[in-house]
Amino acid sequence: MSFSDWISQPVNWVFLGLALAVLAAGFRVVTSQNVVHAALFLVATLAGVAGLFVLLSAEFVAWVLVLVYIGAVVVLFLFGIMITRAPTGQDVGLDNRRARPVAAVVSLGLFGVLSWTSVRAFQDTAVAGVGERTPTDILGEALLGRFVFPFEVVGFVLLAALIGGITLARRDLTPKEEEERGAV
Amino acid sequence: MIADLLSNFWVLLAVKVLIVAALIPVAGLVVGFAELKLSAKMQSRVGPYFAGGRWGWAQLLADGIKFFQKEDIVPENADRPVFKIAPALVLMGAVALWVVIPWGPGLVFRDLDVGIFYALAISSISTIGVLMAGWASANKYSLIGGLRAAGQLIAYELPLVLAVVGVVIMAGTMSLEGIVRAQAGWFGEGGPGLPFVIPQFVGFVIFMIAALAELTRIPFDMPIAESELVMGYLTEYSGFRFLFFFLAEFSNMFALSAIAATAFLGGYWMPGLTESQLTFAGPLILVAKVMVLVFLMIWFRWTFPRLREDQLQTLAWKWLIPIALVNIVATGILKVVI
Repeated sequence: MSFSDWISQPVNWVFLGLALAVLAAGFRVVTSQNVVHAALFLVATLAGVAGLFVLLSAEFVAWVLVLVYIGAVVVLFLFGIMITRAPTGQDVGLDNRRARPVAAVVSLGLFGVLSWTSVRAFQDTAVAGVGERTPTDILGEALLGRFVFPFEVVGFVLLAALIGGITLARRDLTPKEEEERGAV
Repeated sequence: MIADLLSNFWVLLAVKVLIVAALIPVAGLVVGFAELKLSAKMQSRVGPYFAGGRWGWAQLLADGIKFFQKEDIVPENADRPVFKIAPALVLMGAVALWVVIPWGPGLVFRDLDVGIFYALAISSISTIGVLMAGWASANKYSLIGGLRAAGQLIAYELPLVLAVVGVVIMAGTMSLEGIVRAQAGWFGEGGPGLPFVIPQFVGFVIFMIAALAELTRIPFDMPIAESELVMGYLTEYSGFRFLFFFLAEFSNMFALSAIAATAFLGGYWMPGLTESQLTFAGPLILVAKVMVLVFLMIWFRWTFPRLREDQLQTLAWKWLIPIALVNIVATGILKVVI
């Protein structure tokens, strides 16, 4: 398919617009000089990705992305930033120049692996059913039927991580300290 | 002619957007006026009296016009773009809620497959807006208010979602239209039907408590506790940006009540009415049910004291979430057994 064919379909304009917006916002996440701005650009990036999922008629995945990532993860980021240190204006200490080569290697490597695997996996087969609504019940049956084992394993790993996080962050008082605290 | 025009996707979209844009201020005025008059009644006052004649019905219109005339102030140290976008984002989350509310058989802006899930997900955009407003104001009261709001919204989003899961299990669908149909046809076609508030009473109570907290209304209004935080994240806002927050609150009050009415009280459906009658009566029935719930919210506001911050978090994490989880398990078992 030539580029002029591709661009003549309106759905591809939307895709192009969204993809460029995601890229631009993602670029600003890493270059922004203010940590709160970076988190807000991350919201824009995630919203754009959710838009791409809607474009693939994967409504459920799109809204899960909004609920979990925008509604919980980024809100927790912002919460953590604001509860500690969040000046308005520029924060010069944010730009870590020495780590740039390492970051470039890591991100390019990740990009390479992800694009190589997805290109290898799908080759040139068109994704079926784009433009039709994906019934959510099929998704649910797949998750709790065919993929129930990986689904449960992921849940288990997350639970373990959660408990591990709490154990690491929380330090129980020694009996002596407890006594001191009781005395006060 | 009109049917031809409406079959065009973009024309239809524009019409739908215009209807929502017109409905929100109307709902805001009605709910706001009810709040003014009812609070006056509960405190043995008269309430607004002069604007617009006898009942002071034009009070909020006058207030709105006043807001538009005011100067648009941005504090010196504020982060200008974030400060300016925040109210729009909050209002956007409020507007987006209206998309999935079914007003009658087929009378819905867009009946999404994941309807109720969409409604809960999209309202989290408002949380971001509130945090942005609190931070960008460069004011300590605002920041603390924003943080409290975010902590509260995260905590109460879980019971809100979990309370709805029981309904989804019973109805077997997440589409709000489908949930209404499931309630209407519970005992077969033409039967008396079963509003889910009866089997899911626990879920309904949890949903209403969590909805009150999501709206940051008394008894959950720590984020804008006037006596300690001036006005919380709203402190630095004035003029029409303040109006945006104000409108979003009343619009959310209506929309969340409409979702509660749809999921638990049968929405636009009423026993004994046929499909074609419901097309006309549906919106009225829904508004009547919504108004009952809105009255409950206003009633709570003027009768309960404010919860302390730790009590508020304890209620969500130690009571509402476990009870909601037990409710889900019980509903699941009943669904399998029956």
